[in-house]
Amino acid sequence: MAPNMNTHYTATAKALHWGIAVLIFGMLGLGFYMTGLSLSPTKLQIYSWHKWAGVTIFLLVLFRLAWRIGHRPPELPQHMGAIERFAAHAGHHLLYVLMLAIPLSGWLMSSAKGIQTVWFGVLPLPDLLDKDKALGDLLQTMHLSLNLILIAVLLGHIGAALKHHFFDKDDVLTRMLPRSRP
Amino acid sequence: MKRFAVALFSTLAFATAAHAAEYGKVLLEQSRIGFGYQQMGVSMDGSFKQFDGQLRFDPAAPEAASAVVEVELASIDTGSDEGDEEVAAKTWFNTAAFPKARFESTGVKALGGNSYEVAGKLTIKGTTRDVVVPATFTEQGGTGVFDGTLTIKRGDFSVGEGAWKAFDIVANDVSINFRIAAAAQ
Repeated sequence: MAPNMNTHYTATAKALHWGIAVLIFGMLGLGFYMTGLSLSPTKLQIYSWHKWAGVTIFLLVLFRLAWRIGHRPPELPQHMGAIERFAAHAGHHLLYVLMLAIPLSGWLMSSAKGIQTVWFGVLPLPDLLDKDKALGDLLQTMHLSLNLILIAVLLGHIGAALKHHFFDKDDVLTRMLPRSRP
Repeated sequence: MKRFAVALFSTLAFATAAHAAEYGKVLLEQSRIGFGYQQMGVSMDGSFKQFDGQLRFDPAAPEAASAVVEVELASIDTGSDEGDEEVAAKTWFNTAAFPKARFESTGVKALGGNSYEVAGKLTIKGTTRDVVVPATFTEQGGTGVFDGTLTIKRGDFSVGEGAWKAFDIVANDVSINFRIAAAAQ
């Protein structure tokens, strides 16, 4: 493999990273908030928004993966040991898997609960599952569990970025910041 | 004598046919009343598990037909327990005060083929409105099957008041689809 001379992420990669980050934090807050609401027009509206945003995140993540394959990110710092490198790669892979699996589980849950997902109220997504209450409840549990795992992995992700910045004093965090230049 | 026999036979055959063709007893297990509406661009549907009806229909004399259908509103299946509870409340059906919806025909018009228009009065939540229900009728081995869809406006019957009164989340149009099967008498 050719040596990787990239020292920073592309502007597109940064925009995707931070844009998706904002959406994910918004969605986590929205998701936990909306499930506690009693039935009202507001609740139905928020659920629709949540689904629209979920589909949007899913598509952004697909684009991000394609971009990631076409644009090699900068190498990990030299000082990192084998275990740290393994943890970094595993964490990033897990984040991608979760970012795709969570919206998928939400979409399937909605189908199983008998409610089609219609992106922005305009574009209907196919229902891959027939209405099935037990399956809907199972997918709801799965959607929640995947999100709890996501929160744990995100805490690890943020913790690792801060450790790189404040303890290792390397450029792992700064090279992803919007203002940093190659 | 031969002519008499033919005439008698024809009369009997006609009488038997006419008798067999009058449909009356509603077969609940083969009947269904459902509904559909739009919720923020999403097509939703549900059904009522309990209803009853009396009808009299002879395809040879449709104008003499009559039908009464009563729907137990608390038997609604919206697809979620939360939804079922909500629509029983005062803002929706107020099932405590108005447990049943009722349709009573006032006239039946044959449109040709197997199509009919059933005019009648629909009462939901204490409001009665004139409606015209388009329906088709098919005979399947001694069973008469009426299929049709009627679109009403929930606002006309004050179904969905208060916070639900606006139609931006739950649309005003509600289509009621039915299949009523009846046995020949």
